[in-house]
Amino acid sequence: MRFLGFLARRILGIAAVMIGVSVITFAISHVIPADPAVAALGDHATAEQITAFRAEYHLDGPLSEQYLTYVGGLLHGDLGRSIRTRRAVADDLADSFPATLELSFAALLAAIVVGIPSGVWSAVFRGRPPDFVVRVLALIGGSIPVFWLGLIVIGLGYYQLGWFPGGGRIDLFVPPPPTRTGLYVVDSLLAGDLAALRSSLLHLVLPALTLGYFSTALIARMTRSSMLEVLGQDYIRTARAKGLRERVVIFRHGLRNALIPTVTIIGLTFGSLLSGAVLTETIFSWPGLGRYATASAVSLDFPAVLGVTLLAAVVYPLANLAVDIAYYWLDPRTQRG
Amino acid sequence: MASPAVGALRLRGAGLRAGAPVFANPLNAAALALIGAFAICAVLAPIVAPYDPLAQALGSRLEPPSPEHWLGTDQLGRDIASRLVYGARISLVIGIVVVALAGVFGTLVGLVAGYAGGLVDETLMRVTEVFLAFPPLILAMAIAGALGPSLTNAIIAIAAVTWAIYARLTRGQILSLRRREFVEAARAIGASRARILARHLLPNALAPLLIQASFDMGSAIISAAGLSFIGFGAQPPTPEWGVMISEGRNFISTQPWLSLFPGLAILFAVGSFNLLGDGLRDLFDPRLRRSV
Repeated sequence: MRFLGFLARRILGIAAVMIGVSVITFAISHVIPADPAVAALGDHATAEQITAFRAEYHLDGPLSEQYLTYVGGLLHGDLGRSIRTRRAVADDLADSFPATLELSFAALLAAIVVGIPSGVWSAVFRGRPPDFVVRVLALIGGSIPVFWLGLIVIGLGYYQLGWFPGGGRIDLFVPPPPTRTGLYVVDSLLAGDLAALRSSLLHLVLPALTLGYFSTALIARMTRSSMLEVLGQDYIRTARAKGLRERVVIFRHGLRNALIPTVTIIGLTFGSLLSGAVLTETIFSWPGLGRYATASAVSLDFPAVLGVTLLAAVVYPLANLAVDIAYYWLDPRTQRG
Repeated sequence: MASPAVGALRLRGAGLRAGAPVFANPLNAAALALIGAFAICAVLAPIVAPYDPLAQALGSRLEPPSPEHWLGTDQLGRDIASRLVYGARISLVIGIVVVALAGVFGTLVGLVAGYAGGLVDETLMRVTEVFLAFPPLILAMAIAGALGPSLTNAIIAIAAVTWAIYARLTRGQILSLRRREFVEAARAIGASRARILARHLLPNALAPLLIQASFDMGSAIISAAGLSFIGFGAQPPTPEWGVMISEGRNFISTQPWLSLFPGLAILFAVGSFNLLGDGLRDLFDPRLRRSV
């Protein structure tokens, strides 16, 4: 019951934030100095064409009316029509979202698989060379521009070594797997298509490593500092005094307790993954939300920009909600409070 | 330049002895030295830079690093080292203006919310939460795209997505401070609200704001470079580091120095502000100093 109350409060909070999010994005795209009608039709458009365009996209009424029309459509799953692609924004988003999701999951997975052991390693060898190496790499990860890292990684992995493809989601000559989830790796596994699986995995490596480096650094730092705190506790000394093997002390007694703050950080990095995806997708020609957002913003396609921004602003708090739920189950103290 | 001034501060109310050596740690000293070098390049760009950053020399296009051009030349024969030095000036201005705009606005919102409480607090914090719900770069891109691509608009966009964190931090500090005895004492002797806020609450709430400002100097530089890279920030031929990386993109397999050096410049600049932020945090929080 208490859990349901907690969930209801959080969902209500998210709904309130969503109303604010829709007001802000709407305000940004409707109080802009550039005229979207002129941007879409070109400088040579006639006055009649511009009037017709404004009527078609509901740009001719007062702002409050335009906002209500927009929110009304939103409640019916209608995000408007893209000026650039001439398709429903919801359809465009549905097409490009799985690509971003696949890339973000792969980046997060790489970050967890590399970040947590590095953090543990660094804490166990505190003050010695492995600790120094991890801390320097973590500092670089927190300071490196993701778009530059992407270029360097392409230069090395594609141009110099030729080990990985330089862009896209799958080889041109390999037909994509039949769509079930939109995630190529999952879909090719479901279809038993090994050629598509191999190609889509190879295409994921460079962009996922690029996008995941920042999160890896964050997770490693957080794991290190919470491990150091946990390893100084009395129950760790007790476990050692009992004669338990060091490996058991570190992983079963130390890491399990040190993971709670790390889980919070994993949720928080989701926002940075979405931001990073904009730049990573642009570099790796990854047909996801980021590339769609960039192309839409360049052509002043405000319904599309609004759609992406809204979707991103929904996903981010939902990811944090998922983390809070995980936290609720992981840490019994939060259930009492 | 904000950071040396920060270093000179006597950090009262932050759990430190007055006059504690703020930068005794060698890592903090290294960070400060890098920031100092960065600031010197920015301020003395016309003296430090060997060439005009915009001067084209088509006869010496795409030259690798050499004694004449330490870091090589770009596709228009412009000297990359000179462009980097002028780029430092742009990046430093971006960092300072973003942190000043976002810091001042966010701190004011947080002060008002924390001190007023009730409906005002509730309303301001809901608005803050809305801004924190956006992935920053996507919102900044939408704002910069709507205002039109330029460096000034990129700065406005980044400040618009940065202020909320200051509001939240300041409010938290004020809430924990406003019931403290020295505030009660000030109130008892008849100090006005404005005086209590400005003279008693704000100076004691400064520590986490300074740490945040240091990190945000770095993240503002990276965000602005990112926006410029995808075309929403500074425009060519401005020697901004993101623009330089973007211009060198097509030469990454043949003349990698075009993008390599501006990227390294961003890495060092942002890394030094992050190190400084870490150092300040360790100093302000002795518990962290022991464990991290």
